[in-house]
Amino acid sequence: MTQPGSLKEGFIEPGKRLFAPGHRGCAGCGELLAARLVLEAAGPNTIITNNTGCLEVTTTPFPTSSWGVPWVHSLFENAAAVASGIEAALIATGKREGINIIAQGGDGSTFDIGIGLISGMLERGHDILYICYDNEAYMNTGIQRSGATPTYASTTTSPSGKISWGNTRPKKPMPEIMAAHGIPYSGTASVSYPRELLRKVKKVLEIEGPKYLHIHVPCPTGWYCDTAESIKVGKLAVETALFPIYDIEDGVVTNVKRLKEIKPVTEYLKTQRRFAHMFKKEGGDEIISAIQAIADKNVERLGLKR
Amino acid sequence: MGMKLTEGAWVEPATTIDTKTGAWRSFRPVWSPEKCIKCYLCIDLCPEGAISALPLDEDGKKTGIQVDYDYCKGCGICDAECPTQSYEMVPEEK
Repeated sequence: MTQPGSLKEGFIEPGKRLFAPGHRGCAGCGELLAARLVLEAAGPNTIITNNTGCLEVTTTPFPTSSWGVPWVHSLFENAAAVASGIEAALIATGKREGINIIAQGGDGSTFDIGIGLISGMLERGHDILYICYDNEAYMNTGIQRSGATPTYASTTTSPSGKISWGNTRPKKPMPEIMAAHGIPYSGTASVSYPRELLRKVKKVLEIEGPKYLHIHVPCPTGWYCDTAESIKVGKLAVETALFPIYDIEDGVVTNVKRLKEIKPVTEYLKTQRRFAHMFKKEGGDEIISAIQAIADKNVERLGLKR
Repeated sequence: MGMKLTEGAWVEPATTIDTKTGAWRSFRPVWSPEKCIKCYLCIDLCPEGAISALPLDEDGKKTGIQVDYDYCKGCGICDAECPTQSYEMVPEEK
């Protein structure tokens, strides 16, 4: 199968792409874009296991699949466990050499439902890359809040209203929780910087042992923004320090995407209707200040300012 | 009375191409070569993988891109992110 590396010249037949078009992702989907880039970076010698979620449902409407590589879906939470078994089987049969194993899922299956099984995979020391595509809610089932939903975002299970300001709980610090397992690599990336993402996936796959990569992926459907704006919105999350990009290697922050100018969080918040309530309702200024404080803490914690 | 193990559902790879998602589109991105600097950012940013590079010319220079309208859903990311405004979003008409 031809490897469609992004800069290859010439028309690529749809069926020859590692990640085939015709998937049912919404227009402007950041998650499926990230998935395509990850697969193109990893190349054809890759085995993928997938948790339940948008990514699984939209790419494998039975009896078809978008994946041009071996791909397994079992249960909502167990991609990490299935990948562990695949690794063990490849070792037992002497075929482990030269094969990338990627376990992947959305934020719901990573932060909430599957965290135990990912923890087990990291603890047992499998040579597997786990990827979380974080679109900050259960988008597949209708935008219910997850452990990854940012503070004060409105979702269908944490709706803003006369009294409510949306989701009141903080976002789980997943890269840190994963790094605390003592793994060689845990880090973040954003789909809005596609070439950085491609480089990072290639780099991380070279590291031996369990690895965790957290990719921020805008969702126009669930964040209520224009489909054409999803890349811009993802960039603003990085530029306002609400989604910092950094690497943690062996427990130490080794690499941070520093910013010349940190934009005020309002630049990000006003692009999406899930945050619209704080611009309309009385008292919204305090909510915006609280979100600004989260960004300020990120700037200080990681030294984001150049 | 042993339980029979089943294979589960398995399908052939890269077969979603049977579904032409271009039918979802309400705006069509039209690329024009004049201002294009061949940075290929649109190729990287298309969630469908519906944009690819045109073959190189005789001197080995990049010539441009093409959009596969069979799959383009018309999200407009290529137009919004193009550094030289080489795309135009044109309403689809029946």
